[in-house]
Amino acid sequence: MSPLLARRTASALRYLLLSFAAFLSVFPFFWMVIGATNTTADINKGKVSLGSALWDNVNGFFTAVDVPLILWNSTKIAIFGTALTMLVSSLAGYGFEMFRSKLRERIYTVVLLTLMVPFAAIMIPLFMLMASSGLINTHIAIILPTIASAFIIFYFRQASKAFPRELHDAAKIDGLKEWQIFLFIYVPVMRSTYAAAFVIVFMMNWNNYLWPLIVLQSNETKTITLAIASLSSAYYPDYGTVMIGTILATLPTLFVFFAMQRQFVQGMLGSVK
Amino acid sequence: MAMAKSGGLKRYYNVNGWLFVAPALALIGLFMIYPILNSLMLSAYSGRGMMMRFAGFGNLVRLYNDPIFWKALSNTIVFFIIQVPIMIVLALLIANALNNPRLRFSGLFRTAIFLPCVSSLVAYSILFKSMFAVDGVVNRTFMALGLMEQPISWLTDPFWAKVLVIIAITWRWTGYNMIFYLAALQNLDRSVDEAARIDGVPSWGRFLFLTIPMLKSVILFTTITSTIGTLQLFDEVYSLTEGTGGPSNETLTLSLYIYNLTFRFMPNFGYAATVSYVIVVLVALLSFLQFYAVRERK
Repeated sequence: MSPLLARRTASALRYLLLSFAAFLSVFPFFWMVIGATNTTADINKGKVSLGSALWDNVNGFFTAVDVPLILWNSTKIAIFGTALTMLVSSLAGYGFEMFRSKLRERIYTVVLLTLMVPFAAIMIPLFMLMASSGLINTHIAIILPTIASAFIIFYFRQASKAFPRELHDAAKIDGLKEWQIFLFIYVPVMRSTYAAAFVIVFMMNWNNYLWPLIVLQSNETKTITLAIASLSSAYYPDYGTVMIGTILATLPTLFVFFAMQRQFVQGMLGSVK
Repeated sequence: MAMAKSGGLKRYYNVNGWLFVAPALALIGLFMIYPILNSLMLSAYSGRGMMMRFAGFGNLVRLYNDPIFWKALSNTIVFFIIQVPIMIVLALLIANALNNPRLRFSGLFRTAIFLPCVSSLVAYSILFKSMFAVDGVVNRTFMALGLMEQPISWLTDPFWAKVLVIIAITWRWTGYNMIFYLAALQNLDRSVDEAARIDGVPSWGRFLFLTIPMLKSVILFTTITSTIGTLQLFDEVYSLTEGTGGPSNETLTLSLYIYNLTFRFMPNFGYAATVSYVIVVLVALLSFLQFYAVRERK
C-alpha cells in the first residue's frame, strides 16, 4: 500500500469511527425528544418520528408529579451542595499543596484512600447517623456527606501545582492575610479550574440517586431523579409521560455543560499533567 | 524559600495549613472515616433492625453459604472484567482519533461523544430500557438491517440482560474517560510522534508504542476510577430492573444486594455491612494490582 493510500485509509477510518461514536452518543437524546411527542404505545413500537402526543405527555407528567416542587428540591440541593463542595474542597486542595508538612501528607494519603471506599460500605452507618440526628427526610442530610469530596480535593490539589507560588509570596509581602490571598488571588487565577469543578460537582449533585433514595422518603422532599425513577419503575411504565421527566432532569446539566464547555475543557487540561 | 526556616515562619505555615484543611477533614472524619469504622464493627453483629447481638464471625459464615451473595459477586466481577477494558480501549481510540491535528469538526465530535456524561444515570437507564424493549427501536433496527432474525428480549433473557447493562455503562462513561485521555494527549510533546511519523512508523504503531506508554499514569487513574465505579454499580441496574436485579438475580450487583438487604427486605444491618466490606476488599485488591502492573513495566 502506498503511503498516500495508507494515510487516506487511516483518515477515512478515523472519520468513520468518530461519526459512529458520535451518532451512538447522541441517539438516546434524540430518542428522548422524539419519545416526548409520542404515545407510550408508539414508543414501545420503536417509532422514530415526531408524534402528536406532546401535550398529553406534558399534562400526564404534571398531574403525576408536583413539578415545581421537585424541581425546586433538586435545584436547592444542587446549588447549595455545589457551592459548599467547591468552597470546602478547594480550600483543602489549596491548603494541602501550599502548606506542606509531613503529617498533612500522611493525612492526604488517607483522604485519597477514601476514594476507594464504595458508598455502599458507608451508607448504613451514615443512615443510622442521620436517623439519630433526626435528619432523615431533610435536604441537609443529602448535602452534608457530599461537601468534603476526596475527588474534588485531589482535583484542586493537582490544579494548584500550576498556581505560581510567587503570586502568593508577593501578596504576602504586600501584607495580605492567607484567607485574602486565597479569596482575592487564588480563586480568580484558578477560575477555569473552578468552572470545570463546578460542571462535575453540579452534575454529581443533580444526578445523585442512591443516597436520596434512602433518605428522602416523603413526596414533599423528593427530587426530580427520584420522581422519574418511581414513575418508570412500574412493570409497564407510561414512557410518554416519563420522557417529559427525563427531559426536565437532563436540561439543567446540559445547560451547565454547554454554558461552561470552554472553561471545562481548559480546566481539565490544567489538571491532567 | 529564601527566608529560611525560622521557627516563626514554620509555625505560621503550619497553622495556616491546618486552618485550610480543617473543614474538609472534619467532614471526612464524620461522614467517611466514622462510617467505615462503624461498618466494620456492625459486621460483627447480627439481627433484624435495631435489635442486634454480637455474632463474631457469624456473618462471614453466612456469607460463605449465601448463594445470592456469590451470584452478586460473580455478576459484579463479570461486569468489571468485560466492561472496563472495552471502555478504556474505546476511549483511547476515540481520544487518539480526536487528537489528530488535521481532523475537521473535532469540536463537534468531542462534544457529541462527551454528551452521555451529562445525562443522569437514572434518566439514561430509563431511555435504554425503552429503546431495548422487545418491540423497541433497537431490535427493529437490527432486524431491518438483517443482523438478527428474532427480537432479543434484552430485559428478561439472563445473558442479554447482562449485555444490556454493559452496553449502557459503556455508553455513559466512554466519553468521560476519553476527555481525560484527550487532555493528556494535548499536553504531550508532539515532536517525538512527529519524528516517528517522518521515519515512516505507521499511525497504529505510533499509537501502540509511543502514545500509550506516555499515557500510562492517566490510564492507571481512569482504570482505577472505572474499577471503583463498576464495582459500585447500582443506579443503572436498579433502574433497568425495577430494583430486583432480575431476571432471577442475573444482573444483581453487590451494591444492589446491600441496598436490598438493608432497605428492601427486613433490614439486617450487620450482614449488609459484611457484604459491603467485600467491595472494600475487592477495590483495594484490584487497585493495588493495577498499581503493581504499571510499576513493573518501568
